[in-house]
Amino acid sequence: MARMNMIQAINSAMDIMLERDTSVIIIGQDVGYFGGVFRCTEGLQRKYGEHRVLDAPIAEGGIIASAIGMGVNGLRPVAEIQFADYIYPGCDQIISELARLRYRTAGDFFAPVTIRTPCGGGIRGGQTHSQSPEGIFTHVCGLKILMPSNPFDAKGLLISAIEDDDPVIFFEPKRIYNGPFDGDPNKPAVPWTNHPKGEVPEDYYTVPIGRAEIVQPGEDVTILCYGTMVHVAQAAAELTEVDAEIIDIRTMSPLDVDTITTSVEKTGRCVITHEATRFSGFGAELAATIQEECFYHLVAPILRVTGWDTPYPHAFEWEYFPGQQRISLALEKVLEET
Amino acid sequence: MARTPRLHIPQPPARPGDEPDFSYVELSDAGAVSRPEVTSRARHMENLALELVRVIDDQHKALGPWHPQLDTHDLQVGLRHMLLTRVFDDRMMAMQRQGKISFYIKSTGEEAVSIAPAMALQPGDMLFPSYRTQGLQIARGRNLADLMCQCLSNTNDMCKGRQMPVMYHWARGNIFSVSGNLTTQFPQAVGWAMAAAIKGEDDIAAAWIGEGSSAEADFHHALTFAAVYQAPVVLNVVNNQWAISTFQGFAGGERRPFAVRGLGHGIPGIRVDGNDFLAVYAVTQWAAERARQGGGPTLIEHVTYRAAAHSTSDDPSRYRPRDEAKAWPLGDPIERLKEHMIVEGSWSEKQHEKLVVELEEYCAEAWQEALSYGTMTTGPQLDQHELFDDVLKDIPAHLLAQRDELRSLSD
Repeated sequence: MARMNMIQAINSAMDIMLERDTSVIIIGQDVGYFGGVFRCTEGLQRKYGEHRVLDAPIAEGGIIASAIGMGVNGLRPVAEIQFADYIYPGCDQIISELARLRYRTAGDFFAPVTIRTPCGGGIRGGQTHSQSPEGIFTHVCGLKILMPSNPFDAKGLLISAIEDDDPVIFFEPKRIYNGPFDGDPNKPAVPWTNHPKGEVPEDYYTVPIGRAEIVQPGEDVTILCYGTMVHVAQAAAELTEVDAEIIDIRTMSPLDVDTITTSVEKTGRCVITHEATRFSGFGAELAATIQEECFYHLVAPILRVTGWDTPYPHAFEWEYFPGQQRISLALEKVLEET
Repeated sequence: MARTPRLHIPQPPARPGDEPDFSYVELSDAGAVSRPEVTSRARHMENLALELVRVIDDQHKALGPWHPQLDTHDLQVGLRHMLLTRVFDDRMMAMQRQGKISFYIKSTGEEAVSIAPAMALQPGDMLFPSYRTQGLQIARGRNLADLMCQCLSNTNDMCKGRQMPVMYHWARGNIFSVSGNLTTQFPQAVGWAMAAAIKGEDDIAAAWIGEGSSAEADFHHALTFAAVYQAPVVLNVVNNQWAISTFQGFAGGERRPFAVRGLGHGIPGIRVDGNDFLAVYAVTQWAAERARQGGGPTLIEHVTYRAAAHSTSDDPSRYRPRDEAKAWPLGDPIERLKEHMIVEGSWSEKQHEKLVVELEEYCAEAWQEALSYGTMTTGPQLDQHELFDDVLKDIPAHLLAQRDELRSLSD
């Protein structure tokens, strides 16, 4: 076991897969010589060479398209999109091509591409370096969508993603790269050192795709969250002294419906929180699924605590961010209604 | 006072009712364009992007440095493939008009730009087709009935009824899947070629798009990545003058040929007579050899004419002169190869007529075979529940539930 932050865990996952499988290659802007703007690929080009870890031109569509072509030709590319906010030029290649190649060829062609991309706010990134576009991609059939909330899951899930024959988008909440963040920007930053999920095996292991995790059992309300919001939800539950069952979704698609419904059937209440905007967001899918599956167990309306339906404003980052206060109010509200 | 609008709006030289006018197509004489060594630097052959490589002259003789010196057998095979493509297109068009298939796209007049490259490349080379390159399938020996079954969405459809007609693929024949989203295959082909080079393999990739969709960002991604990594790929732009109703000027072809776009990337650009089988064969062979030797990509502009409608849903008489195809200065690829072979003494009108009958019969038999696998409304039917397969490698729980729901409707 070693102490790792998320960057080191992600780096370790790629290091292990480059070592184990010569078909694995990394491609992306600044990922090679420099080791990535967030350092996730640091040292990998030096270790595995320029033909395994490739710096790419600034063209996300070209990065995804070439990764598809490489995947069709027997490689297992891990493409980095430097910020999730920059993924849109690659969307035709992701949505129309990568996600549907297996389907349109009845399984004769596929491209096992993993797309890694940092997402989320809280780093003063303004509206072009803070977005959480996971809900755009969960709406696309043929993709697997992941977002880890800690170093242990990040490494195990990324290894699973790279080994998976289906295309995966692996969202990395960059606010928690270096430490868990409870939503209070005025507190000093906390490293992963003392967090149990900062303890990460140095060797190969996997965390299965498609499984949510109950990070904290509870009786009174279920909180559904992922990424940075897992830590914010935990802090809000502690603040309000609510006996909340907190579920880290981890895989948004395909969704682990059983873990969610089992919990909500037990608690009868549900608060959903994500950093992304609310309207047509992933929380809407969760809420719809719960009312279809657990309607007669619900004793209060399902509430969503999300980013406002605006772009992520640079100067009002913490007014935008769905922090402890808003989650706490939602918890109190669902507990009021009995 | 109202100001006069002064934005330039490209205008085709002729609209319905006008005399066809192809004076804008700049021609070179057959045999007149130099042929550099495949190892030459791109900057030393920029003339190739502006001139027009032609081998067969107006007297049907083959001449010049690009003459590929094919033997009689290869010429006959090439002619047969082109004719079969045309006969196949005509039959499928008729079947669409009879309501047997929903849609079709003909490649009439453009057969050489598929057949000649497919013959000049190696079987292990990966082809990334556009929707008008069915000739690639035919040149690689695809069973015609398989193509027809795809168009019929029947029980032998390689796509299991998931794609519109003509969106073929052939994994075993190294032909990638046709996408309805244009030019996506161009940068994918570059990625495939990059992988071949990373693995140290000798196979190369080749891709086809139309001149209209060279306006897509993917075209520029392909050229950038191909140039940056010197990927072993042959990038073909089929300039058939028309993108549905917009002429090639709307993709930016008014002032400079499309081949010139390679030059800014340091990629050789070659403008070739796309209706000259021998010229297309020769430039493909040149580009493939260059790629295989580590010389990187080549951009080839095939100057041709879309003699048919864009698709069965299109009526070109609404936007271009009816008899424009007859006025096309580069003729018809099948007629030109045929006349050349007759002049060379390796073919005759009689053999040609016989071959047409033979291919029509072959096509008719293939159609009967295809029908034995059903149509969308008659005969054996695809299992509708398979529509949930292949979204992901394994069917996830929510799709199993949806499949059960669909099943319950038919119980």
